[in-house]
Amino acid sequence: MNNPIAQSVANLAPTGGQKFRQRVLPLIILAIIVVAIPFFGPSRTVYALLSVMGINIVFALSYNMLLGRGGLLSFGHAVYFGLGGYAAMHAMRAIEYADGGFWAGFPVFGLPIIGFAGGALAGAIIGWPSCRRAGTPFAMISLGVAELIAAAGFMFNSIFGGEEGISGDRMNGPELFGLSMGPVSDVYWFIAFWLVVGVGGMYAFTRTPLGKMSEATRDNPERVEFVGYDPQRVRYLVFIFAGAFAGMAGGMAAVYFEIFTPEAVSLLPSGFVLLMAYIGGIAYFAGPVIGAIVLTYMQSMLSDFTEAWLLYLGLLFMLIVMYAPRGLAGIIFGVTGSFSNGTFSEMIGKWLQQLAGAFLAFLGLIVLIEVSVNWSNGFGEVFEPFGLHLTFANPLTWVLIVVPLALGILILRRANRETEEVLA
Amino acid sequence: METIIFSLLNGVIYGLLLFMLSSGLTLIFSMMGVLNFAHASFYMLGAYFAYTISGVSSFWLALIFAPILVGLIGAAVEKWGLRTVHANGHVAELLFTFGLAYIIDEIVKIVYGRNAVDYRVPELLDFPLFELFGAQYPAYRIFILFISVGMLIALWFILNRTRAGLIIQAALTHPHMVGSLGHNVPRIFMTVFGAGCALAGLAGVIGGNYLVTDPAMAVQMGPIVFVVVVVGGLGSLAGAFLAAMILGLLQTFAVAIDATFADIFGFLGLSQTSEVGSITIASLAPMLPFLMLVIVLMIRPRGLLGDREL
Amino acid sequence: MTTPALSIHGLKKNFGPAEIIRGVDLDIAPGERHAIIGPNGAGKSTLFNLISGGYHPTSGSVKLNGQEIGGVKPYAINRMGLSRSFQVSNIFSNMTVRENVRCGVLYSMGYGYSFWRNVGNLKEVQEKTAEILNSVGLLDKASLPAALLPYADQRTLEIAITIAGGADVILLDEPTAGMSHSETERAVALIKRATEGKTLIIVEHDMGVVFGMADRISVLVYGEIIATGKPEEIRGDPRVREAYLGDEADEHAEGGAA
Repeated sequence: MNNPIAQSVANLAPTGGQKFRQRVLPLIILAIIVVAIPFFGPSRTVYALLSVMGINIVFALSYNMLLGRGGLLSFGHAVYFGLGGYAAMHAMRAIEYADGGFWAGFPVFGLPIIGFAGGALAGAIIGWPSCRRAGTPFAMISLGVAELIAAAGFMFNSIFGGEEGISGDRMNGPELFGLSMGPVSDVYWFIAFWLVVGVGGMYAFTRTPLGKMSEATRDNPERVEFVGYDPQRVRYLVFIFAGAFAGMAGGMAAVYFEIFTPEAVSLLPSGFVLLMAYIGGIAYFAGPVIGAIVLTYMQSMLSDFTEAWLLYLGLLFMLIVMYAPRGLAGIIFGVTGSFSNGTFSEMIGKWLQQLAGAFLAFLGLIVLIEVSVNWSNGFGEVFEPFGLHLTFANPLTWVLIVVPLALGILILRRANRETEEVLA
Repeated sequence: METIIFSLLNGVIYGLLLFMLSSGLTLIFSMMGVLNFAHASFYMLGAYFAYTISGVSSFWLALIFAPILVGLIGAAVEKWGLRTVHANGHVAELLFTFGLAYIIDEIVKIVYGRNAVDYRVPELLDFPLFELFGAQYPAYRIFILFISVGMLIALWFILNRTRAGLIIQAALTHPHMVGSLGHNVPRIFMTVFGAGCALAGLAGVIGGNYLVTDPAMAVQMGPIVFVVVVVGGLGSLAGAFLAAMILGLLQTFAVAIDATFADIFGFLGLSQTSEVGSITIASLAPMLPFLMLVIVLMIRPRGLLGDREL
Repeated sequence: MTTPALSIHGLKKNFGPAEIIRGVDLDIAPGERHAIIGPNGAGKSTLFNLISGGYHPTSGSVKLNGQEIGGVKPYAINRMGLSRSFQVSNIFSNMTVRENVRCGVLYSMGYGYSFWRNVGNLKEVQEKTAEILNSVGLLDKASLPAALLPYADQRTLEIAITIAGGADVILLDEPTAGMSHSETERAVALIKRATEGKTLIIVEHDMGVVFGMADRISVLVYGEIIATGKPEEIRGDPRVREAYLGDEADEHAEGGAA
């Protein structure tokens, strides 16, 4: 090419190698990981945990299409997860009771497509009044809509199945890929397939003109108007896609759990997906993936250890909001980034300090919370870590609460003061 | 007839409680732009503190000290929490209060248990005040009425007759201007935030035993408080009052109406046995606030009496 | 006579009781470089917002190539071929310079709201983006985040986004505000080059820029145009001197361009 401008184009865009490393490789690694896992012979519990993680990853990523990429804070994203899931659930029953016709030939494996369509439809209808404005009005409308749908969930029993919800049987219809969908390992392959499709699809979305304009609209809706785009329309289209992918996650959940209850459209899962995305880090595509993995793990494992796990979750969330607004992904990429730009050795001291401080403060909090939980239950049970008998009457308890907490906070303050001095 | 009168009374009382709960949030939201998710959590704290205090001493001490305690906690939250997040924008602030509400919920569950506590109306007020159409009317409700009206008058007086009130009024409509007038904005914010939380706490003290005191009360009341603030309009206490009254009456009357969709839309051929036809108006009562919220945001984003859009 | 590129008639805008634009009439021919000057608060920015769709006119009409655009949404006006810049840099600060310009290019290349194409593979978009970056001299800074650009480069990027969509009527709102002398000179050269053959309407406080670039000048005072004409006519117009230019005009008249 002799055209100088065309040459400069080649310089501008990332090279093929860069593109591959940054865009395609992570997705291939994800695919390899999900394919490799079954060869380690995981137990049923692990399969179950991984499947729920897969569902939550797709759900959290769909939420981040709104919050992270579009700047739209929604308090009702579970509505689309739930409605998509219900659509898939009804389709599953249609497959079960089909007497020939369309549904008789529809594999259960494909139900996330129905969920996708259901979520998109719900997004298209509800998004229309919601997307006129961003910011607080959008958040409030999403909250109002979520409350309305949640209330309707207990009103229209033919759709939502009332308190018991709607259940179905996934072992019906034609088989795909030789999967009977009966054992959890079959369902794992199903979840893995749709996980890769969902993650790949949502990543591809960020690379489209609409995906790029969504980021532009988040940052500067005014300017977007003056380059030919209607910000309302951009938000609306993004909203439909976010609803569609949430619905897809709902379809995955329908097949996995074989039951959907109106709880699924309530405020609780809407809050949970917000926590997953934000704790993971909304500024990064990988953030919600990390958040979904960590929170799903906490949900299923930590809840066995302590009743107060929701409190720990809340504290984690608050810490992230206040001190690490870029989330866990921000911390991880901050550390790995320092390797490549050579600041690692300067930063490591401060990080270790912060880590030690946070660890100590957290230790004190854990003692306080666990002793309180046992005290308030009033069953006479006592928090006994390492054979220590900790009650509020025991002075050692207070030592173990106050000393690490105070020490931890002190260290944290010192570490942060040093940073400020460095910055100043 | 008695249904109407009782519903009217109950509706006004509920509306006044709602206003007491929301007035603080309207002030906070209009001045600071923070739609405090945890506002109803302070209402819950008020009720639980009152339960504890009246357990060891008396309801009357609780009436004074529980709101003060809640107010102090609110001020502390503003000073050491919200102010840190402020630099990261409104979404971060909203998320902070969201997390705070979450934590307060969990702490209350740990300390007081998951079930409702037995927070009762004080004996002194636990008698039927008068009888109407053969039904008795509890004295405590009238007490709520008096406290609420008293608070209303006090609030009006503070806002219109004191220097601090005038500054707050200025800040309501022109939040960016107050700083240029040489006032200590962070301190005003902290005070207003604390006072707003104290009002929510007071609503908890007198509402907790009238309604119910359980860990779900914040989650139930929180979104309704938002509705009052948004429907009333930014920067308008009068709007919040109007919205609270409308909501209080609407919900109380809806609950009292013994009719189904089929009764109303029967002429369209809607039958009593169909799913839509069998929905009762009473069961719609909890949905009404959110219907109102969505409709107002769609067709009149500035709310009933707001001076600017959300 | 050809249709004016921009034709404004009886344009008025009130904010409550305050009349900000009190009846403006102006015709601008295709290819003309037209400057609008006036003291602070004269309504220049309001006029720009009325033309570009930021505000609804209270009354009167604005026609772009003969088509009414008064009260039309900004994005629709933009698609009809009118683009504007902002007085305060209004860029996508989280994006790189290249992405910023690409945002300006996308719609005009017909990729609107498409969600089935990879932006990285749109060859003509990349080429057009590179061409614009090249023409404004930001090619070497293409991969920098826009927020990290020096001020003058941000102003340049502002212009680049504005011309990226290929609009043939360009509105520039104080493009050289806050620039140093040499930066201003470079910006003027850039504007001349980038708007070659296009209709340019420019609001500017720097009289050197105005008199050096404009074919015609309009003087806006208190929401009315008190004079329109060639630079030398405006310079010599006693009303303009009295109402606005004052000492500054005298300096120009006596000492030439400063």
